[in-house]
Amino acid sequence: MTDILFILFAVVAVGGAVGVVIGRSPVASLLFMVATLASVAGIYVLFEAHFLAAIQVLVYAGAIMVLFLFVIMLLNLGHDYRADLRYGSWSLLSLVVVGLTAGVLMQGFSGDVGADLLEDGAAAAAAIDAAVIEKGAVGVIADPLFTDYVVAFELMGLLLLVAIVAAVVLAKPRGSGEG
Amino acid sequence: MATVESTVTALALPMSPLTAQEAASWEPVLPGLIVLLPLLGFLINGFLALRAAAASSAAVRSGNEWDPFAGAATPVTHRLPTLVGPGVMLFAFALALVNFIGMPDDLQEPVVRSYWSWIATGDLRIEAALQLDQLSAVMMLVVTGVGFLIHVFSVGYMKKDVGYPRYFSYLNLFVFFMLVLVMGSGYATMFVGWEGVGLCSYLLIGYWFSDREKSDAGKKAFIVNRIGDVGFLLAMFLIYQAFGTFDFGEVFAGAEGQLAAGGATVTAITLLLMLGAAGKSAQVPLHVWLPDAMAGPTPVSALIHAATMVTAGVYMVARSSVLYALAPVSQAVVAGIGVLTALIAATIALQQYDIKKVLAYSTVSQLGFMFLAAGIGAFTAAIFHLVTHAFFKALLFLGAGAVIHSMHHAAHHAEGHLDEQDMRNMGGLRKYMPLTCALMWIATLAIAGIWPFAGFFSKDEIIWYTAAWAGAESNPFGSLYAVYWGVALVTALMTAFYMTRLMIMTFHGANRTGAAGAAHLHEAPRVMTLPLIALAALSVFGGWINVPEALQASFAGLFGVLPMSEWLHHWLEPVTHAAAEIQVAGFGEAAYSAPLGGGEVSWALASTVAAALTVAVSARLLGTRKYVAAAADSGPRAGLGRVLHDKWYFDEAYDAVIVRPLLRLSRWCWRFIDDVIIDGFVNTTAQFARLAGWIMSLFQTGQVNMYAFVLTVGVLLVLGTTVFLR
Amino acid sequence: MLTPALLLSAALFVIGTLGVIVRRNAIIIFLCIELQLNAVNLAFVALSRYTGIEGQLYVFFVMTVAAAEAAVGLAIIISIFRHYETVNVDKFNVLKW
Repeated sequence: MTDILFILFAVVAVGGAVGVVIGRSPVASLLFMVATLASVAGIYVLFEAHFLAAIQVLVYAGAIMVLFLFVIMLLNLGHDYRADLRYGSWSLLSLVVVGLTAGVLMQGFSGDVGADLLEDGAAAAAAIDAAVIEKGAVGVIADPLFTDYVVAFELMGLLLLVAIVAAVVLAKPRGSGEG
Repeated sequence: MATVESTVTALALPMSPLTAQEAASWEPVLPGLIVLLPLLGFLINGFLALRAAAASSAAVRSGNEWDPFAGAATPVTHRLPTLVGPGVMLFAFALALVNFIGMPDDLQEPVVRSYWSWIATGDLRIEAALQLDQLSAVMMLVVTGVGFLIHVFSVGYMKKDVGYPRYFSYLNLFVFFMLVLVMGSGYATMFVGWEGVGLCSYLLIGYWFSDREKSDAGKKAFIVNRIGDVGFLLAMFLIYQAFGTFDFGEVFAGAEGQLAAGGATVTAITLLLMLGAAGKSAQVPLHVWLPDAMAGPTPVSALIHAATMVTAGVYMVARSSVLYALAPVSQAVVAGIGVLTALIAATIALQQYDIKKVLAYSTVSQLGFMFLAAGIGAFTAAIFHLVTHAFFKALLFLGAGAVIHSMHHAAHHAEGHLDEQDMRNMGGLRKYMPLTCALMWIATLAIAGIWPFAGFFSKDEIIWYTAAWAGAESNPFGSLYAVYWGVALVTALMTAFYMTRLMIMTFHGANRTGAAGAAHLHEAPRVMTLPLIALAALSVFGGWINVPEALQASFAGLFGVLPMSEWLHHWLEPVTHAAAEIQVAGFGEAAYSAPLGGGEVSWALASTVAAALTVAVSARLLGTRKYVAAAADSGPRAGLGRVLHDKWYFDEAYDAVIVRPLLRLSRWCWRFIDDVIIDGFVNTTAQFARLAGWIMSLFQTGQVNMYAFVLTVGVLLVLGTTVFLR
Repeated sequence: MLTPALLLSAALFVIGTLGVIVRRNAIIIFLCIELQLNAVNLAFVALSRYTGIEGQLYVFFVMTVAAAEAAVGLAIIISIFRHYETVNVDKFNVLKW
């Protein structure tokens, strides 16, 4: 059952990704992207990462993508597809990149990489499952986040604040207000 | 005068017998202080010199020329050195004397005082140590004693010089290094002094550095000395390789056991040491710097370039006597260089007109005699001649200094240019400077080897030992030594001739200074004549410390009246006996007759009579000759006289064979190696960087995607190497 | 199921990279970067199943950074668009000169 689901999600994710790259208009690309994000969230569920799957859908596919959509609409883009996609020598370059990246990643991810992980992976998976039962899907993430990783967490908050201020300053039209 | 008397009594004192207990527990009195006193003088005078320099530059900045003697009161910077310079020397001399008198007769081993560990690396241990033995005690006395007299003379000679404190600081520093040289307890310590005196020699030759010629002479001395120093250094490396130490005691104790007699190692060591000695002591072919060194102030010539520094080579050979005794070939080479130098320098001295040049070549010639003595194994005779030569040559130089001092005043008032050192401008000075004339005649008789002056005993001993070792049974170089002996005899007579010529041209005959200048000729001040008198006394009596046993009962020993039969010989016995034993073992006993027959007494009589005759005849012949002033005379025109006047063309030959090819080589190195290869390499590197920059600039398209592409490729390269080379 | 997940992650990443290189539209380039981030997140989640919960924490942080980046990046795009009236990155080359 999970294998079938995985294949389904994977096909949708890859298809969506390709759609993002070759999408005719930005809005189309964006919608393909939402499909990809959603199917990746599905795969998160298959890996028992329920909390992440939830915020993937809520924050990513929801909030961030809507932000993109607002910007696209605001700027009224999407009528210059011909000029957008590169051809010629660029396709050669992109082939090189695709080949190289794929080669490196395949080499890195295939073979014995997972073998030793899978051996004692069962114990780790069992431990996570036990923790989920004890603390709940959110608690199992929140517990280390507010103890061991609390400094990083606070820094993230600061980063978001800075990003908000920066976005406000950058997006403000010139000459309006004090600047 | 007090110092002279105490020296004479000091020489007599150690004759009194001392018990063995005293010998075993002898403690030298503050040996470190002897060395430190001149250093202290250097620091004080050097500080004053810096003060004077600051005052001078302050005056120059405000647009005036600085004259410390202009005001009513001479500044302290130019008064204090009068006290400090000779003062530290007097104390050092007194300390040296105390140690000399206190040194027991039967002291067999040098007393070594180690102060700190100077270099300790790997197996090499070099202590900063001083050693006192009979040889260093004699050298110490000569350096501080003669040095003190010359410091006193300098007070009068340099009084009106702007650089007065600088002069005394250099002079004190020189004495410091010279004492390190003679008291150092190993080759490394000796080398410190060796280089230090070379430095001071350079500084003092170029003392009047604003004169291009004089500063060039300083550089010449320094550079020629470097050639010799290469030899010294290589010899030190070989010594370290053979013995693993530089310490005199260990090297000499182990020499006989560790080195094959006459073997390649010991011959190489001694020949290289001789190269160093030839540089420092101005032996052929490295003698060219010493005559030029006369550019320095005359007391410097007396102290450094006659009495002490140039004899360092002789001291070093005598110190290494054991090594030389093991290498007969080196001995023959040393003696050969010595006798060749003596002859060449004496012939050049025959035709010089500059009073200091004559004395300079005379010094080179006498140094040749010392090396002859050291070469044939008569180390005592070498040191003996070193000591007596220090007395009478210092006297001659200081006397010449007094003459030049006087001529300098005359030159101020003469019409036109007047070379104050050219003997053709002198003549008849006896009338103006009777005392200087008389004292210099004493020194002339002494250097000519006329009984009973000091030079007779020392030079006669060298010539006699050459003859005696020429006749030794199994000396492989016997006939060579016989040739040396003959050349030495001829050279000794030449010495008598050129010194007489100097005296006649300077003090006798008609005055050629010119009426305007002659009115200002005068005797030197008291502070300059007193040291001359002291040195004259030493030149007369100094030879009596080593009257040969065979001569003691003859005329030379006043038929037994002179008491100290071979005193110096016995005194130096602990230092030289090891070498003497090796030499007797190799050569057999020295003969008791000269190659042409005749014993020591008859040859001594013959040589002194011949020398006296030479002086008398040449004085008579030259006295009648009419000399003309330098302005109207260009010297001998052609023939041998011209060759001698031009110093055998040594400088020209070196210029043609070494200097010019070296210049050409340097120019080639500059034009080709530097300009083409090195600059070319650098420029090519720069071009390559430009090319690389140009290629990289192609990626700067300004397109974000291109940057992303390059970034990705770069990450892939890094990641790829870690993944694939895992 | 680990290896297929990692291979999927690799595929998404490659596609994202391709998009960054071949598209001129700044917003789509941005979307492709998000795609790459998601590919990495997927690998993190897949591996965290076998190594421990920390992998998921990293995903959380990456998402936060992505959100911040989207906010600032979109603000920049708006700002640039005001100036050039386009989001074609080929037109933004003043830094080259």
